[in-house]
Amino acid sequence: MTAKTIYVDNNATTAVAPEVFEAMTPFLTNLYGNPSSIHYFGGQVAKYVEDARNQLASLLGADPREIIFTSCGTESDNAAIFSALHLCPKKNKIVISRVEHPAVLNVGKELERRGYRVVEVPVDSKGRLDMESLQSAVDDETAIVSVMWANNETGNIYPVSEIARIAHSHGAIFHTDAVQAVGKVPISMNLSEIDMLSLSGHKLHAPKGVGALYVRRGVRFRPFIAGGHQERSRRGGTENVAGIVALGKASELALENMNIETDYVSSLRDKLEKSILESIPKVRINGDPEHRLPNTTNISFEFIEGESILMLLDQFGICASSGSACTTGSLEPSHVLRAMGLPYTAAHGAIRFSFSRFNTMDEVDFILEKIPGIISTLRNISPYWKN
Amino acid sequence: MWDYNQKVMDHFLHPRNVGEMPEPDAVGEVGNMTCGDALKLFLKVSPDGRIEDVKFQTFGCASAIASSSVLTEIVKGMTLSEAEKVTNKDIVEVLGELPEEKMHCSVMGMEALQAAIANYKGVSTPLSSETSEHEGRIVCKCFGVTDVKIRRVVKENNLHTAEQVTNYCKAGGACGSCLDSIQEIIDGIWRGAASEKTESSADSFGKLSPVRKVLRIQEIIEKEIKPLLEKDGGSIELIDINENEVMVKLAGRCASCPASQVTLKHTVEGKLREFASRSLSVKNVD
Repeated sequence: MTAKTIYVDNNATTAVAPEVFEAMTPFLTNLYGNPSSIHYFGGQVAKYVEDARNQLASLLGADPREIIFTSCGTESDNAAIFSALHLCPKKNKIVISRVEHPAVLNVGKELERRGYRVVEVPVDSKGRLDMESLQSAVDDETAIVSVMWANNETGNIYPVSEIARIAHSHGAIFHTDAVQAVGKVPISMNLSEIDMLSLSGHKLHAPKGVGALYVRRGVRFRPFIAGGHQERSRRGGTENVAGIVALGKASELALENMNIETDYVSSLRDKLEKSILESIPKVRINGDPEHRLPNTTNISFEFIEGESILMLLDQFGICASSGSACTTGSLEPSHVLRAMGLPYTAAHGAIRFSFSRFNTMDEVDFILEKIPGIISTLRNISPYWKN
Repeated sequence: MWDYNQKVMDHFLHPRNVGEMPEPDAVGEVGNMTCGDALKLFLKVSPDGRIEDVKFQTFGCASAIASSSVLTEIVKGMTLSEAEKVTNKDIVEVLGELPEEKMHCSVMGMEALQAAIANYKGVSTPLSSETSEHEGRIVCKCFGVTDVKIRRVVKENNLHTAEQVTNYCKAGGACGSCLDSIQEIIDGIWRGAASEKTESSADSFGKLSPVRKVLRIQEIIEKEIKPLLEKDGGSIELIDINENEVMVKLAGRCASCPASQVTLKHTVEGKLREFASRSLSVKNVD
C-alpha cells in the first residue's frame, strides 16, 4: 500500500476534525458523568449537551428546542416517518422519491408490508424529481412526504421548500433526509416550511454514532425510542455526550467554513471534473450540475466496470466509491443510477468523488495524473472498447 | 471492501494473455454489459487439437479479470478434450479462493471456454454461444438464467441454497422474485439424488442373504433408530425378520407410550425404509 491516503469519499464518511476531537475527549475521560445526575459531577455535563444543541441550532437556523439528538441519520429518518404515521392514524399513504437513501427507501418497503401505500416519485435522466408526479401523488390520504435534501450518489439538491408547500397544501407532514446537505449548503429552517429534518454527525467531521432530528415547534412528535426523560422525553436513552459535544463543535466549524465549502471545495471538484472530461474520451457526468452539492461529482467511464476502477485507484491510495454492482456484492448497479435510466454501459462504470475542506489541489492533481492510465488499462482489457 | 488474496490481486493487476487475437480459430463470448460482466475468449488450435495460444478480453470487476487471466494460463497447451473438462472449480483452485459472492466470475470463465470449444467444433457461432442455455426455461428474468444452467451449477458445485446459486450464476440477484423457484429446483435435485440412493440400496438389500439382511437391519437399528428412541427414554430390540416384515419389540418408555404405534410407523419403519428397502414393514411383538 502507498503511504499516503487521498480521501475523496466524503459522502461516505468524513475525517473527525482536530478541533472536534479535542472538544469531545474530556467526555471520554474526566467528564464521564451522566447529565441526568443530581450531583454536580454528573449534572455539569448537561450544560455541554445544551451548548451543543445551540451550536447545531445555529447551523440549521433553528431553535435549540427543535433539536433531538439521536444515534444516527437512519434513526432520525425512522423516528420522523413512524411518528408522522402514528399521529395520523386515518391516513395510510406515504410519498417518497425513488432516489432516497436506503434509510428511507427500506422504511417504505417495510411500511408496504404493513399495509401502507407507498408512492415512489420518479426522476428524470439527470436525477431531477418529476414534480408533476409528486403533485399528483400527494393527496389528502397522505400522512407524510419524505424527500432527501441532497442525494448521496449524484449530489443533486432537491427543491425541498417547494415540496414542503405541496405536502402542506394537503395537510401532510414534510420530512427531509438532509444527511448529505447539512454542513455543505446553507440551511435556514426559520425561513422554511419543512417540518422535520434528519442529519448525521459523521458526514460533517464529527464521529460516527451521533445524529439529530429537527422537529419544528408545533409539529407533534411521538418518540421512536421509548425510555427515560432524556431529550425532553422525546428520545429515551442516556445521551452520547461525547458524540453530541462533537456534533456541536462540528456544526460550529461547518457554519464558520460555509464559504470555504461553496468556494474552495467546489473548485477542487470542478477542476477534477473539467480535466477528466478534457483528457478522457467517453466520459459523462451523472446528475444535475445546475443543482448540486459543491463537493460531489459522479462520473461514468463507459465500457469498463466500477469495482476495477476503484481497486486500481486504491493501489495509489485514492479512496472513492462507485455505483457499480460489483462493489457491494449486489448484482445490479445503484438504484439511483437505475432510477435515472442511465444506460448500463455507463451505470457499471460510475465513480463518485466527494471532497471536503481537508482535500487539496495537489491531491486533485495527483488523481488527474493517475486516472487516465487506469482508465485506458481497463479499457484495453474490455471487449467493448474499440479505439 | 473485498478481501482478495495475493494471487487474485496479482492476476488483476498483471493479467496474462490480454487482448484481441487477430485470426483466432475459435471465439467464446459470454455475459453482456447489462449483466455487469462479460468475457471474450480467443483460441488458436493446432491441427492435432492442442490449444497453442489463448487471449481474453473482460468487462468486469477485479475477480472477473483475475478469473479470466488464470483460465488462459490453465488451458494454454491443453488438448481440446482436456480443456473440455476444465470447470470453474479449477479456476478457483488456482486462484486459491474467491469471495463467495464472486463465484459467478469463475463460472463465467468456464462458460466462455466451453463456448469457444463449441465454436471450434462448429456447434455454435460465437455470438450464439449460449445456445445450449436457451434450451431451458428462463427462471431468472433479470439476468436471463435458465433452469438448465441453474441445475448445472447446483450439481457441479454441490450448492444447497438459493443464495449460493445467486453467487455462482447471478440468478435471483436482482429483483429476487425467482428465489423460491430456484430453491424448488435445488430441493428437487437433492431429493432426486436421495431417492436414487435409497432405490439403489433397496435393490441391493433384496439380493442379500437372510443372515446379511438381519445384520444390515440390526446395524440400522443400532445406528439410526436406537439413539432417537433413547432420547425419550425408550429402546428397541430386533426379534426376527420374515420376508419383508421386520418384527421388533419396543422397550423402556416406548413400550408403555400411547404413541408407540406412531413411533413404530414413523420412526422405525421410516428409517428402515430410508436406509434398507422401501418394501419393508414393521410389526411390534409383545
